[in-house]
Order: sequence, then structure tokens, then C-alpha cells
Amino acid sequence: MTDGNGDRRRGLDGPAPEERPTPTGRRNEQGIRIDPAVEATHEPRRTVISTLVEHEPGVLSDVSGLFSRRQFNIESLTVGPTTDEDRARITLVVEEPDPGIDQIKKQLRKLVPVISVRELESDAMRRELALVKIDADEPAQVSAVADMYDGKTVDSCPETATIEITGSRQKIDAAIETFEQFGIREIDRTGTTALARGIQSTAAPASTTESTATEASQPQNQYAPADDD
Amino acid sequence: MSERATSVSPPEEQHDDQNQDQNQDAQQPQGDAETDEFSAPSAETQAEPVTTGAESVVRALENAGVEYAFGVQGGAIMPIYDALYDSEIQHVTMAHEQGAAHAADAYGIVSGEPGVCLATSGPGATNLVTGIADADMDSDPMLALTGQVPTELVGNDAFQETDTTGVTTPVTKDNTFAADPDGVGTDVSEAFALAREGRPGPTLVDLPKDVTNAETDAEPDAPETPDTYEFTEEADPEIVAAAAEQIKTANRPVMLLGGGVIKGEASETCREFAIEHEIPVVTTMPAIGAFPEDHELAMEMAGMHGTGYANMAITHCDTMVAVGTRFDDRLTGGIETFAPDAEIIHVDIDPAEISKNIHADYPLVGDADTVVSQLAHAVENSPQATKWRAQCQQWKSDYSMAYDVPSEQSADEPSTSSKIPEDEPVRPEFVVEALDEATSDRAVVTTGVGQHQMWACQYWTFTEPRTWVSSHGLGAMGYGLPAAIGARLAADDDQEVVCIDGDGSFLMTLQGLSVAVRENLDITVAVLNNEYIGMVRQWQDAFFEGRHSASEYGWTPEFDTIAEAFGATGFRIDTYDEVADTIAAALSEDGPSVIDVHIDPQANVYPMVPSGGDNGQFALAEDQL
Repeated sequence: MTDGNGDRRRGLDGPAPEERPTPTGRRNEQGIRIDPAVEATHEPRRTVISTLVEHEPGVLSDVSGLFSRRQFNIESLTVGPTTDEDRARITLVVEEPDPGIDQIKKQLRKLVPVISVRELESDAMRRELALVKIDADEPAQVSAVADMYDGKTVDSCPETATIEITGSRQKIDAAIETFEQFGIREIDRTGTTALARGIQSTAAPASTTESTATEASQPQNQYAPADDD
Repeated sequence: MSERATSVSPPEEQHDDQNQDQNQDAQQPQGDAETDEFSAPSAETQAEPVTTGAESVVRALENAGVEYAFGVQGGAIMPIYDALYDSEIQHVTMAHEQGAAHAADAYGIVSGEPGVCLATSGPGATNLVTGIADADMDSDPMLALTGQVPTELVGNDAFQETDTTGVTTPVTKDNTFAADPDGVGTDVSEAFALAREGRPGPTLVDLPKDVTNAETDAEPDAPETPDTYEFTEEADPEIVAAAAEQIKTANRPVMLLGGGVIKGEASETCREFAIEHEIPVVTTMPAIGAFPEDHELAMEMAGMHGTGYANMAITHCDTMVAVGTRFDDRLTGGIETFAPDAEIIHVDIDPAEISKNIHADYPLVGDADTVVSQLAHAVENSPQATKWRAQCQQWKSDYSMAYDVPSEQSADEPSTSSKIPEDEPVRPEFVVEALDEATSDRAVVTTGVGQHQMWACQYWTFTEPRTWVSSHGLGAMGYGLPAAIGARLAADDDQEVVCIDGDGSFLMTLQGLSVAVRENLDITVAVLNNEYIGMVRQWQDAFFEGRHSASEYGWTPEFDTIAEAFGATGFRIDTYDEVADTIAAALSEDGPSVIDVHIDPQANVYPMVPSGGDNGQFALAEDQL
């Protein structure tokens, strides 16, 4: 192109950006309209999402792949069989602002092998398990601390003792902190397992699948121990 | 859409003739020809009973009404191809699996039914991935069938083994590893149904060679989605009523149509609604053609390279009726400045799209056509928006897309082009308009990705749905030519198929010319050749101080000569006075033709909203960026 034609090809005619009217409103990063003066964003919160899935190969990678692809913040994932051998339950602990939690639930529901998705209430039963292998130089004191946390000694030798602790995440954190005084050699912890309390089904309420009824009729949900948390 | 969404009644097991009859009876009340095709086809067509897994797979495709399949042969998929040998399904042998996937994708866009592509294991499957990802981003219905090494070798790093379901999980709506010869046909039926029902998308079935080779007499079930797959047709009537109230009281309403309008066959309903209530209409790129661009209410495409008036309209509206759109970043620009004064009524069949990017004040989950009809019933009075409509018209004149042409030239009258000086480089916009003028209203346009794609969006006047075929979300260069092949087979004979390509995009998949020549497909490829990866060059000029790193070819092959070598007809355009005649000659060829159009290499695409920018502050020239 010749220089003389430079202007012609540079673009289109019309009022320049600064000559145009601009709206006064704004949206926050979650796409919600806000008053610019009182900008508020949702704070992340931790919650438990319980999903019932078809027990088939690939479903776990579908779920975990979804979390990594969409950058959802996941704290733990636990998977296990249910009363129906064709179904598995995946329990997820996530930490996201409310719109993110909403997206997680919707995206999980879109996966074809996912049968139901439910965010559990804050009073739901939640348990984790930890195995803590400790130096056993002071066996009596180790045993005393284990008792404090309802721990159980599952293995011991002259050098080490391994304690099993179950309970809420906070309780296990506290136990581990206390055991640190003896010297911790190794720890293995599970993610959170969780069920809704009382006669409620942990599978999604008002789900249209038969599985809801199956799950609800299981005695496990009618048994409400009053411990922990 | 609604008839497609209503799947056929649950299939009975088809063990014997008696059962097949019952099955047919059970489906009679459905009553339309399409459904009947699905039921007991072996009885109707007197097809032989299946004897192998592969035959069951092909039977599943036949039952679903598949007419064409696009693919490439290979070791692990051979049993399927052997079964296809006896089938009525026409197989188009592609030059590369990426082309097979794009052709199937385009077939799905134009026909509305899932396009089918096939590839062998390993490299065959991985070559499909770009096309599958493209279909996933654009929610195009597509079924991919891949060969796999025999089950006993899976996991052993066998020859041409790839974990295909693992590789494609993030880019498919659903995928399946077929492990059982008795179930493999039904796996394919189910995948076909999943590809088109609800929000469409690509599905894949991975077919181990021992499974397809195995003996089975299991006929596939009818194409139905699995029980765990659900979607909603009708939106919550209370929210519909509230949304209707919002529309009635709006002063600055806009309809934003997305690709879901076309997928959901809702174009007609949306047109009627907008025209009845005189609401200006903006489209996203995939929705081009959903609303006639020559209509007074048409504000055309919004977003990064949308029209200035469309971007003004979505920025200043107080009520937005958004249908079948996922509020992609190329549309919204920066979230904080997107339609900041607007109450958003969001219609989508996928609940996960509601409030994903833009908060929906009125979330309406359901089928686009059904929900817009619900809204149409609920809105009795049109919004009072005379002033707003006048404002929109004013913007249309303020931010006209008219481009400068040499003084003797009128953009409206290409016939006067003989007066243009010969050394005057041809403007790409002019070529797009000349192609549009030389073809019918129902001509199908496919494109690659880049500047040429944007000029095609901006300067072709689309009036019909399913005539715009492009790679929107993924932005896959090389899409245009294989898409033209798929579109040609899906389109009616009286629809011209024009591929507007770029030199960079064309170079990525031009081996597809061999397919177009072999199949004698009547397509016209116009390569807008500026010897650049033009969009990158434009961005380098704007944002990288003109440092043209790896964007300059400085030389391209003679595309007209290449076309001739393939056996297609080649043309070349260098000057304005060649444009009209050469286009006419290329279009009149009864087979593939390629026009190498040497355009102004410095031409840029405007308007432009830089990534994350404010739509209302679109630049009309580089110095405004």
C-alpha cells in the first residue's frame, strides 16, 4: 500500500469512544449488577456436596476432571459404594463463593453418569478418618492423648504407635496438633464422608430418579448418633 | 426442536419378530415419519439380522436415519468399515481426520441432525480432537466413532493405542468405551440421541476391535438418551410472567439471540416476537442468520468485532432478552461494563449457563422455542420504546459499516468496477459483498478463522438460519474447507456453498480439495489472501508495536494453481475489475473451484473491542485502541 492511502484503510467513521454516552451502572466479577459505591463480592465458603453416580468406569475422572478444568476449588473427594451396587456416592468438600457453588452443582448435574447432586445442610453428619504414626518413646502419654480424642491404637511396636482417629475435620486437626509433641512419622487422612440427618435422603431431594426412594428407605438414615461436631 | 426433544417411547427388547411388532405398535401414537424410521427398522427395510458388533453399530446409525458419514480408514476401525460396505450410508473418505470431524460438525449445523465422523485408534482419534472440541464449544450435534485396540491390549501401550475416552472427556458432551458386543449397537444409539437432545454437543463411542469383530445378534435399541439425562422444555410460568412484566415496562429493550436459537429451531418464533413488539435484535456470532440482517430492527452481531450499533444497543439497553447464549467473553468484553443497566432475562436449556458469566435476573430454563412462545403469550403490550428505536436507528447511521472505496467505486454497484485503477488493492469487504450479491439468499457460507471470518460476518447479509457455518468458540483455523464439504452434503441442491477462507486457514486443511474433487462437490472457495496471519498481524500492529513475529508469510503458494493440480478449477483476482466476472465464473463451475483473491494486505477489521474491554468503547480505528 502506498502511504497516501493510509487513512483510507485505517478504519471506520463515527463518533470516537470519548464522544459517546456511557452508562453509569457496573457489574461485579460475578456478572451481578452492583451499585458502584457499595461494591460487594461473595466470600468463599466451605460446603459439602454429595453426588450419587452410576458405578461405572470413568465417572471419577469425569468428576475430578470437571473440577480441574473449571478451576473449582476442591478440598476433598471421597468415593464409595452405596446400598445399590450400580450406584456410587461421591462426597466433595469445596470452597467457593455462592455463585461458584451454584456452578459446581449445575456442572455436576450435566455429567451424564451423575444421578443426583445435593449440597448438604450445615448440620449434616461429616466424618473423616486419620491414621497417625507416632514415636512411641512415651507410650503412656501417647495413649492418654489418644483417649482424649477417642482414638484407637491399631498398631504398636517398641518404636512407634499408630492411632486411628475418626471425627470432624476440626477434631482430627486438633488431635494431630496434640500428637506433634511426640513426633509424628507419617499421616494418612481420608476426605470427608457425609450423610444428611434424620429421615432425609442424602441423594438430592425431589430427584426424579428411583434411586432417591431406595436410598431414603435405608435404615442408616434413621439412625442419628448424638456425638461429635 | 420439540418433536426432537420428545424421544421415542422406551424400546422393547427386540428378540423376535413378535416383539418387534409390538414395538412398532407401541410407537404408532407418536405418528411422525421420523419416529417410525427408528422403530423396528429391520422389519421395514428387510435388513439382514446383525451378526457382529460392527454390524450392530452400523445398524444403529441406519436406525437413527444417518445418511452420510465422514472418516478415514485404519486398522482398529476396519470392522466398522467392513460393515459399512453393505450399508446405504454414504461414506465420504476424507484426507485427514480433522477434516472428517469438521465436515461432520458442519453437516450437523446445516441439517440439524448429528453429523457422524469415524477414525481409527491412536492418531486417527487424536486428529479428530480439534473438530470434537469445536463441536463442544459451539454445541453442535456430532457423533464420533473411533476404533480402539482389542480389549486385551488396552492399557498395554499397544500399537496405535490412545486413551481416547480419557483424551476426549473434557471436549465431549459424553463418551463411552464400548466393552460389550451385545451392547455396542445400543451404545451408539444412545450416543446419537445424546448428541442432539437437550443442549446438543459431540459424543464419542470408542470401539475396541475385538468388540466390533465379535459375534452378536443383538439389534441396537432405538436412539434414546439414558435415564440419567434430563432437560426441561418449559420454563417456570411464574418467572415467565415476571419476565413478561419486565419486557412490557421496558424503555430500552433488546433481544440478544445466541446460537441456541438456531439449534432450538426458534428463529421464526424469535422473529415474530421481536417484530410484534418492535424490539431491536442483536445476535452473537453463532446466531447469525437467526434474524434477517436486512430488517430494520436488525442491529446485527455484537461483541469484539460486532457492529458499533449492536454494541451501543447492548451497552445502553435496560432490558435484555437473551436467548440461547452463553455470554462468551468475545461477546461480553469486560463483565463489569456489559449491559450494566440491563435487567437480564436469560433463556437457556442448560441450567449451568444461567448466571455462569452474567447474572440472570429472570432465569428461564427450557427449550428456546418453547420458552419464547411462553413469553410471547405472556407479553400482551409492547414496551414503550419509540425513542429507543429511534436512537438505535441513529446509531446505525452514526456507526455505519460503510467502508471507503476508491473514488470511482460504489460499494453497492460492483458493476461499475471497471473504472478502478489496476494497482488499487482490492478490499476484502468488497469481495464478500460481491459474493453475497452473486448468490441466493439461502447460500451457505463457511469460513476459517481470522480476519476473513470477521469480514464475512460483517459484510455478508444473512437472512436465514443454518446458512452461517463457522468455528465460533474454538476458533479453529482450517475449519472452512472441510466444513464446506459437510455443508454441501447437508444443504439442498439449490443452495450454493461458499467457503470464505484466509490464506493461513486454507493452508491448514487444503488437502480436503482432494475429497471435494473426488466427490465432485459443488463448492466455491474464495481465499482472501493477504499473505499474513492477518488477525495476528493486526494485533501486532495494535498491541506489539508492529513487530510481525511469525505472522508474515511474504509468500504464499498460488492457490489457483494448487486447485488445478488437485483437479479443481482455479481462479485468481488481483484487481477490482476482475471481481464480479471471476466470481460469476467460479460459481458457475459444477464442481469445486478456488479463487485466490489477492486483497489489500493492510486491511484491518473494525470495529474492535479489545479483549476484556468496554463494548460501548469499541474502536473504529487503530488509534482508538
